[in-house]
Amino acid sequence: MSKSLLVISRQAPWSGPSAREALDIVLAGGAFDLPIGLLFMDDGVFQLAPHQDAKAVQQKDLSANLQALGLFGVDDVFACSHSLAERGLATPGSAEPLDSDAITQLIDRYDQVITL
Amino acid sequence: MKFAIALFSAAHAPSSRRALLFAQAALAGGHEIVRLFFYQDGVYTASNNLVAPQDEQDIARQWRAFVSQHQLDGVVCIAAALRRGVLNNEEATRYQRSAVNLDAPWALSGLGQLHDAAQAADRLICFGGP
Repeated sequence: MSKSLLVISRQAPWSGPSAREALDIVLAGGAFDLPIGLLFMDDGVFQLAPHQDAKAVQQKDLSANLQALGLFGVDDVFACSHSLAERGLATPGSAEPLDSDAITQLIDRYDQVITL
Repeated sequence: MKFAIALFSAAHAPSSRRALLFAQAALAGGHEIVRLFFYQDGVYTASNNLVAPQDEQDIARQWRAFVSQHQLDGVVCIAAALRRGVLNNEEATRYQRSAVNLDAPWALSGLGQLHDAAQAADRLICFGGP
């Protein structure tokens, strides 16, 4: 049986390539049909903010990649509820909010974890 | 035990030195390293063009020597490397760039190699940040 991997994405979408590169690991894992989870935490939750205008900061839109998660078979997408609240973000429709106890349990469920 | 090791920071970051010490200790302890995967700024480790000041440790050079000596699988993510100007001969030709700064023992390949290593290993150990 394949080992499961949780990717924890902690960087804001427009702070450099980190958010995109974390997502690329997830999409590549999905393409190989591996059991992959994605947790947005700290500034990473900004990736879930609605109405982003990538063009305003002369960047490529990352949200299309996020929408591709389902197509790649990645359905286990989570967001740290504390990080969302700290930044005044509403609960996103595309990720399940988890409190810190639930995050501890989530990390325990996965064989491997990559934090970027 | 079989280890897969992923590196996300450049050679000048303390985490790269820690990773090297970990990898050396793993082999010294009789363990196996199935692959080293360099991603994000970790790809700079493989650049031939790094020049460390004489009175500082040259961690990139130590990585190169370590990988060569133990004939390890040192894989550098191709997408992350291209973005950061770390090119082998083939990629420099493909994109018509004048400088080649990556050669053996390093290999450019895709993210599938990270997943493949993680599946093959008992433990995936990541080094990133400062």
